Amino acid sequence: MVFIVDFSVIKPDPGLLIWTTVIFGLFWFIMSRFAFKPIAESLKKREIDIQSSLDEAKIAREEMSNLKAENEILLAKAREERSAILKEAKDAKDDIIADAKERANAEYKRKVESAIQDIENQKQAAIIALKNQAGQMAIEIAEKVLRKELSNKSEQEAYAKSLADNITLN
Amino acid sequence: MFSHDAAQPYFFRKNNFSGFYKRESHCTFAADLKYALPIVDMTAFRKYWIVLIFSALCLPTFAQHEDHNHPQESGAQAETSADANQHPQVDAHHGEEHSPCGHPIDAETEGVYNAGDAAIHHIADANSIHIFGDIFMPLPCFLYAPGFGWTITSSSAFHPHHHGSGEVSKDGYVLVHGSVMRLKDEALVAEEQHIEGYTHNTVSVDGKNKTIYYAMINGSCQELVNKSTYDGGLMGGGVTSFYDYSITRNVFTMLLTCLILFLAFRAAAVAARRREGQAPKGLQNFLEPFYTFIRDDVAIPAIGPKYEKYMPFLLSVFFFILGLNLIGQIPFFPGSANVTGNISITIVLAIMTFILTLISSNKHYWEHILWMPGIPAWVKVILTPVEILGLFLKPFTLLLRLFANITAGHIVVLCFVGLIFIFGKAGTSVGGSVAGFFAAAPLTIFMMALELLVAFLQAFIFVMLSATYFGMALEEPHGEHH
Repeated sequence: MVFIVDFSVIKPDPGLLIWTTVIFGLFWFIMSRFAFKPIAESLKKREIDIQSSLDEAKIAREEMSNLKAENEILLAKAREERSAILKEAKDAKDDIIADAKERANAEYKRKVESAIQDIENQKQAAIIALKNQAGQMAIEIAEKVLRKELSNKSEQEAYAKSLADNITLN
Repeated sequence: MFSHDAAQPYFFRKNNFSGFYKRESHCTFAADLKYALPIVDMTAFRKYWIVLIFSALCLPTFAQHEDHNHPQESGAQAETSADANQHPQVDAHHGEEHSPCGHPIDAETEGVYNAGDAAIHHIADANSIHIFGDIFMPLPCFLYAPGFGWTITSSSAFHPHHHGSGEVSKDGYVLVHGSVMRLKDEALVAEEQHIEGYTHNTVSVDGKNKTIYYAMINGSCQELVNKSTYDGGLMGGGVTSFYDYSITRNVFTMLLTCLILFLAFRAAAVAARRREGQAPKGLQNFLEPFYTFIRDDVAIPAIGPKYEKYMPFLLSVFFFILGLNLIGQIPFFPGSANVTGNISITIVLAIMTFILTLISSNKHYWEHILWMPGIPAWVKVILTPVEILGLFLKPFTLLLRLFANITAGHIVVLCFVGLIFIFGKAGTSVGGSVAGFFAAAPLTIFMMALELLVAFLQAFIFVMLSATYFGMALEEPHGEHH
């Protein structure tokens, strides 16, 4: 069998040249206008969007870390303050206790002193009363002795002695 | 790794009804592929059968196209015998004997098959598209003969039959194997002629072998002339009596490809606008990486900050070439046209690159071409012609590279398919055809896979080099001269 053997693909054909120019020219124009332009725009927009989102995220992250640091500082400060307050409170407590103790001691001392004073006063009063009683008793004894002296000297002495023994200092 | 039983053959496993396979925490194609491959657990034997079945599915188009010259061939090609029988008058006129004006081109010469000739015939442009069997899609014909005027018709007006050869002439034009030719004898132009058959003869003109075609009209041989081509006679063409501005198979494929590309990109563009602020998906998600690839890996590194102006051209060229390369790989109807493998198309694209380079060029660029600074004057005298030559060689290599790669790919695929006919002794040996099929199928599959790579590679190289040329034209002086 025989084909038409003509290596025509290597011969520039005016018809094909013109048609290719027209078709490719139109393709180029239409595609760049109605297809590549919107795609390019959307891609560019998306890229900007993504980049700005990333940047924003980075900024947010930085802010977060800043905030965190600030918080930590605040926390540390608070902790410090707390310990200071606690310390103050403790000091105040100690002061109060010491003060109270002092005052209690002073009161006690005052009470004791006043008690001693009272005792002393009572004692003096008792001594006075005793003295008075003893004087009276001595007078009584003397009276009795004087009455008994008349009978027996020895008895008199014994009797005086017993009287003296009977004297109880109350 | 796999929740299901890996020992089970992949196809019989459960839970793969929802898609190609069950998705498990994969979201990229590469990951999917890596995941899918180890599951497809087939023996080499089974794989070979799948390859063969696939090639058998691809093959009828080629086989159909070629084997209707061999009515003796049986089996799968049986219907072509019927095709041949429908037009017995064509064959009856010529038979085996040589007519006075050479060999009849539609004759059934048994046992003769030339794979190279078949391939060269199939890569050529045509005025009608062969779809299946004897079904041809007619295309509009815009023919212009200086001194005669325009003839606007359809290729169906030539009443094409077997092989796409016309039975009648119109305004002196005839259809031979799907291509328009014109009668040399102006006397026959005026009225419609009935063509009994076509013959060809090889004659020696000025020591060069030239094939001349004849139409048989009323028993006499009438010489035919090819359409005009602008090769200046270098490739056996030249300006003849008419020009063919028809919507040929290549033009039709170009229009179709551009339409498909436009619809796809328009859908992506509309989606990009409508789904603003949302993640891309679907077709938009598929096409956008191509865009960013051309932008980030071609335009920006090669051109620099002024890249944006060139993006539409680079993208258009890339997708135009890629689309045509890929559609040319499809072996059946809307595809198979060898468009980017036709020098006319690559010439136009290369010229556009060349013109854009010239428009972009600055003083620094011309200074380096015409009078390279910083080198001795006597070197400049040698260098300047080389640089000026280089100016034109750059687009020339651009057009030649694309043309040669795609044409070569088509020829190799067609030659592998032709193995079936070589082994089958052009249809006389059924056993040989079967053996040829088993030999040709894996080779064709391999070649087509390679061509798929070449389709992407050549489109990429074309834009990459175009962008480099634009970048060179735009380059600013670096301060110090070298």
